[in-house]
This record gives sequence, structure tokens and C-alpha cells, in this order.
Amino acid sequence: MSEPRLVEVRRNVLRQNDVLARELRERFRAAGVYTVSLVSSPGSGKTAFLEKTLSRMGQRHRVAALVGDLATENDAARLRRSLAPVAQITTGTVCHLDASMVRGALEGWRLDELDFLFIENVGNLVCPSSYDLGEELRLVLLSVTEGEDKPLKYPTIFHTADVAVITKIDLAAAVEFDWDAALANIQAVRPQMPVLRVSAKTGEGMDEWQGFLEARAPVSSAPSGGAVKP
Amino acid sequence: MHELSIAISLIESAEEEAARHHATGVRAVHLRLGPLAGVEKDALLFSYELAAEGTSLQGSRLVIEDAPVAVFCPVCRERRPVRSLQSFCCATCDTPATEVVQGRELEVIALEIDS
Ligand SMILES: Nc1nc2c(ncn2[C@@H]2O[C@H](COP(=O)(O)OP(=O)(O)OP(=O)(O)O)[C@@H](O)[C@H]2O)c(=O)[nH]1
Ligand SMILES: [Mg+2]
Ligand SMILES: [Zn+2]
Repeated sequence: MSEPRLVEVRRNVLRQNDVLARELRERFRAAGVYTVSLVSSPGSGKTAFLEKTLSRMGQRHRVAALVGDLATENDAARLRRSLAPVAQITTGTVCHLDASMVRGALEGWRLDELDFLFIENVGNLVCPSSYDLGEELRLVLLSVTEGEDKPLKYPTIFHTADVAVITKIDLAAAVEFDWDAALANIQAVRPQMPVLRVSAKTGEGMDEWQGFLEARAPVSSAPSGGAVKP
Repeated sequence: MHELSIAISLIESAEEEAARHHATGVRAVHLRLGPLAGVEKDALLFSYELAAEGTSLQGSRLVIEDAPVAVFCPVCRERRPVRSLQSFCCATCDTPATEVVQGRELEVIALEIDS
């Protein structure tokens, strides 16, 4: 056998996903839809937070959601109670969404009839971090019941996210949640990361969240009371 | 664990690049991996063997080169390492770091091929 030859290449392993994600992002922007994805560990409250978000924001904007789940349709069924269009992405054994799954789920959708699209990722603090979904904003949720040190244990997911959302704050006192430690840990892994605090149960913090989103999204809102469902 | 998905993408990427270079076989794949890529090194090494099975890369080696996190520090006005992922600040002056210039890499940088 002859000697092997070393050839230099430069190729992103997830190039295919990145290309698809870039195409999605361009489509979202062209259609004027602001896309937000949500990641967290299982049970941090993504679906509950989205249910509240869809029903509140749906009064002023045209909203929709995609939801990834390993096996069940439960989360999609919960989100559909808001009357917003919702598509389920069943990932089977795959522990994260990728751009091709998002594209597949949006087939046949009129994106120009939407203002906001929310994407709930599979509950997992590791795997979703590698995959760009074409979203404009990525939220990482952290519930008060799972401990203040989550950011230190999963710094990478905090690095790929734009905003941290502390959820279930109605339970903070009961679990003696240490706010200072939690906020310090977030800033330690991701300096200057904006932090929101919400309870999907009491609705506390939801106004601030909606204001935060509306300020960031360069989309036109439907005239009040005139929300159009696609 | 998503390292198997990553390993499959890696094999596909390497196969395409090998074909572009008219390789008759691939002995090794060299990868640059940053700690912010969200991929665990040992799990990837393990998954690589599985993913390579039955492909033209079966039996090839995966060589991983680390791409440690580097940031641009606005105070030092220099590229700097950070203290750690848990203390994401300039290793020289402790200014919190926000501008990552290295550490997200997950890229094939070279192939050892027969041709
Ligand atoms: N008290 C309280 N409970 C909450 C809140 N948000 C969610 N929960 C509860 O927490 C549990 C998990 O909430 P989900 O919304 O299903 O969490 P998830 O992140 O979507 O879970 P997966 O999709 O399985 O990862 C449910 O029992 C919710 O009722 C909250 O703000 N306050
Ligand atoms: Mg859910
Ligand atoms: Zn410095």
C-alpha cells in the first residue's frame, strides 16, 4: 500500500443543518414572522409558558407554534387549546429538533400570515445546543424547582441561547430558591444575558415577557381585536 | 445523547470530501472541536466507530484537535482565553466576556487518504 496523503479541508460537520437554518431564517424574515425557540430540561415548564404566551399574545398578534416531542402528542394538544395553529414534530428516538424537521413541519404553512412563531424543543439541556433552527431568539428556561446551579452544569446551552427565563416563580419561596445565586450563575456562564422571571400559573411576569418580545420583534401587530388566524 | 447523529453527519461530510479528492480509501479524519459546540469528545469517539461501520470509512481513525474557547476582551483589546466555562471572563483581567472568537468549532480540517 502506498503512503496516505494528508489533504486539508475545512468543512463544518453540521453544514447541511446550517444551510437549511439560514434558508429558514431568510424565509421567516421575508414573511415578517419573528421566530422564538425554547429549550430546557424536561418539565421546566415550556409548554405551560407557551400556552400562556399563545393565548395572551394571540389577542394582539397572529401566533403559531411547533412542538417537538419524543413520543406523544400531549403538548401539541395542550397548545391547541389556545386556538393558535400548532404542529407537532414527533422526533422518535432523536433528542433534539433540527432545521429539516422544522422545515418539514412548516410545509403548506402561509408564513406571511403570522407575526410570531414559537418552537418548543425536546426537553433536553444538551443535544439541542448544536442545532440552529433558523430562529431569531432562543430562550433557555430554568425552573426554580431544579436548582440554582443548572447554568454551571450546562454552560453550553446557555451559550447558544439569547435569553434565560426563570419559570415557576410562584414556587420560589416554597423551594427556598436563591435568586442571587441563580442570577450570578447565569451571568458567570453568559455575561450580560437578559433574564426574565415568569409563572405560567399566576401569570406573573407575562406582561414583561410580552413587552420584551414586542420590543425586539420588528413585526407589525394586527390592529387590536383584529387578530387573524391563518 | 446526540453524538451518534453528529457522528453520522461527520461520516457523510468526510465521505463527500474524500470523493472530491478522488480518495480510494480514508485512513483518518481530523476534526476541530470546541467546548461550545455542544458535543462530548469521548461520546463522539465512541459513536464514530459505530457510525463508520458499513461505510467507506469503516476502520478509519477520528483524530480530535481541541479548539479552546477564545474571546475578544474589550479591555485588553486582545484575543484571550477565558477562566473557564463557569467563569466566562478574560483570563488576564477578569472582564466578563461576550465576544466569542473560538470554541464553537465542529469542523473537519483534514483527511488522511489513499489515492
Ligand atoms: N406551579 C407551577 N407549575 C408549573 C408552572 N409551569 C409549569 N408547571 C408544571 O410543571 C409541569 C411541567 O410543565 P410543562 O409545561 O409540561 O413542562 P415542559 O418543559 O413542557 O415539559 P417537557 O415538554 O416534557 O420537557 C406541569 O405539571 C406543569 O403544570 C408554573 O409556572 N408554576
Ligand atoms: Mg412540553
Ligand atoms: Zn482582558
